[in-house]
Amino acid sequence: MSDRFTKGMARNIYYGGSVFFFLLFVGLTVDTVTAIPERENRDQLTESVANGKAIWENNNCVGCHSLLGEGAYFAPELGNVFPRRGMGNEEIFKAYFTSWMNAMPTNVPGRRQMPQFHLTEEELENLADFLIWTSRIDTNDWPPNIEG
Amino acid sequence: MKYQSQAVAKPYFVFALILFIAQIVFGLVLGMQYVVGDFLFPEIPFNVARMVHTNTLIVWLLFGFMGATYYLVPEETQCELYSPKLAWILFWVFAVAAVLTVIGYLAVPYAVLAKITGNEYFPTMGREFLEQPTITKIGIVIVCLGFLYNVGMTILRGRKTVVNMVLITGLIGLAVFFLFAFYNPVSLTLDKYFWWWVVHLWVEGVWELILGAILAFILIKTTGVDREVVEKWLYLIIAMALISGILGTGHHYFFIGAPEYWLWIGSVFSAIEPLPFFMMMLFAYSMIKQRRRDHPNKAAVAWALGCTIMAFLGAGVWGFLHTLAPVNYYTHGSQITAAHGHLAFFGAYVMIVLAIISYAWPQMKGRLCNSPQAQRVEILSIWVMCLSMLAITLLLTAAGVVQVMLQRMPADGVALSYMITQDAISSIYWARLISGVFFGLGIALYLYSFVIAQRTHHLAPALEQPR
Repeated sequence: MSDRFTKGMARNIYYGGSVFFFLLFVGLTVDTVTAIPERENRDQLTESVANGKAIWENNNCVGCHSLLGEGAYFAPELGNVFPRRGMGNEEIFKAYFTSWMNAMPTNVPGRRQMPQFHLTEEELENLADFLIWTSRIDTNDWPPNIEG
Repeated sequence: MKYQSQAVAKPYFVFALILFIAQIVFGLVLGMQYVVGDFLFPEIPFNVARMVHTNTLIVWLLFGFMGATYYLVPEETQCELYSPKLAWILFWVFAVAAVLTVIGYLAVPYAVLAKITGNEYFPTMGREFLEQPTITKIGIVIVCLGFLYNVGMTILRGRKTVVNMVLITGLIGLAVFFLFAFYNPVSLTLDKYFWWWVVHLWVEGVWELILGAILAFILIKTTGVDREVVEKWLYLIIAMALISGILGTGHHYFFIGAPEYWLWIGSVFSAIEPLPFFMMMLFAYSMIKQRRRDHPNKAAVAWALGCTIMAFLGAGVWGFLHTLAPVNYYTHGSQITAAHGHLAFFGAYVMIVLAIISYAWPQMKGRLCNSPQAQRVEILSIWVMCLSMLAITLLLTAAGVVQVMLQRMPADGVALSYMITQDAISSIYWARLISGVFFGLGIALYLYSFVIAQRTHHLAPALEQPR
């Protein structure tokens, strides 16, 4: 590197640049945090949805599935499982979801297996509500199609 | 090794390598489950094996960073470590916590682990990479604080070089951003938004400072190039890392419910993220070219140089491949992400930890470097691991391309379902598993180089005795 470009100049770019962009990031974060309630329909975030999120976490669902594209890639995306399996109808989805969860594991030899989580009826209802609520978040049109 | 207290790095390095082996064993289990779905089910379901695979990785890298710090800070500050005893105590606390956590993952269902560790009172579990029970997370914070105190006091007492200042800035950042692991709001979008403050601001932010500092230290020691030159490079690299990486966080905010402007900000800034990695590669090449001495530890130089190349490929090229929003729209959460994750972690962080171990270990054993025989085996193991990891990455990329073409790009009704797509990829997953086995053989070879080094220690150049 040229001698005219000194260590002091490099240091100033480091300090100045990182402080400037971090402050900008914090500013954008404030704006984002303000915008999120509308984009995720916070008014529809019921106690059942909140319980559903806790059940999602306590059973480490994200260890196999992805949710809005984040998590593991061993099992289907669940951010849009409601439109995919419930066709937009909450009653149909909950009936499907309950029978699915109770039928696990399938024990088909050689196939990927989902454990039996022994969730109560109420817990299944909460988890379904969480997935329904999640599917309505404004995700800038992701995923590209119904298959997730 | 110039200072007695540098020896405290030893247990950290040993434990890091033990966890590295565990990580790869569970990685092979996962690779097997991708092709034989019910392998080890129900004893070790996929999610459990994956937690062990990713958590051991993160924790062994932390052990590696801590070992590296304990080794290089006394040499940089030119004084003994503030408290070697504290470093030993924290080693045992961290090691026991890590072992208990892994046992917890394997012994009981995750929901039971959440219950017995009282997750309901302070819920932080069940989020990717942050699966540790809350009590373990608190333990990590305590260990980090004690560690920073010990290192901070050492630096305060001694010479403040750019290397140790950048290193401690990175380590403080690591501890500060980890605190966001304790923030778990009921809002999924907010949760995801701040989850990335731990994950992204670690690996594409402050960890790059740690990486840069360790790399600079190794290059100073092995090439004898003037500090002024090295420090100028280091500042410029970390400046670019943070300038691109902080707003680059936006590439994770495309599709989780955050506003649309992140599509632009994330795309533009993360497109610059390969630059610091490219500069790291130039830096290593140019220092080696301008070297004023030929350090006999060829293996350490090979790790360091290899690190910059593989990090550029994994973090830089493979990151850029899918970082632009219109591309990421189709690749988000596909096997492309997995491909990038594997090569980036291996190239940037695994290789820098193995580089400092390669440089420091012989010195802690009283040798300037290992015997040429041992180094030959070690360098061969570098090639085996790098080529295997490249194969894994290329195969996962191929899997991702097929997945995107079959599942993501076609319209509703034509697109194949997730599981049918997975079946279509299965032969690629088999090849990936075989590459994984070769990676395992690479580690075996690497460990064998330690045995040879021990057997041929009389052929290695001795080190001057510590003062």
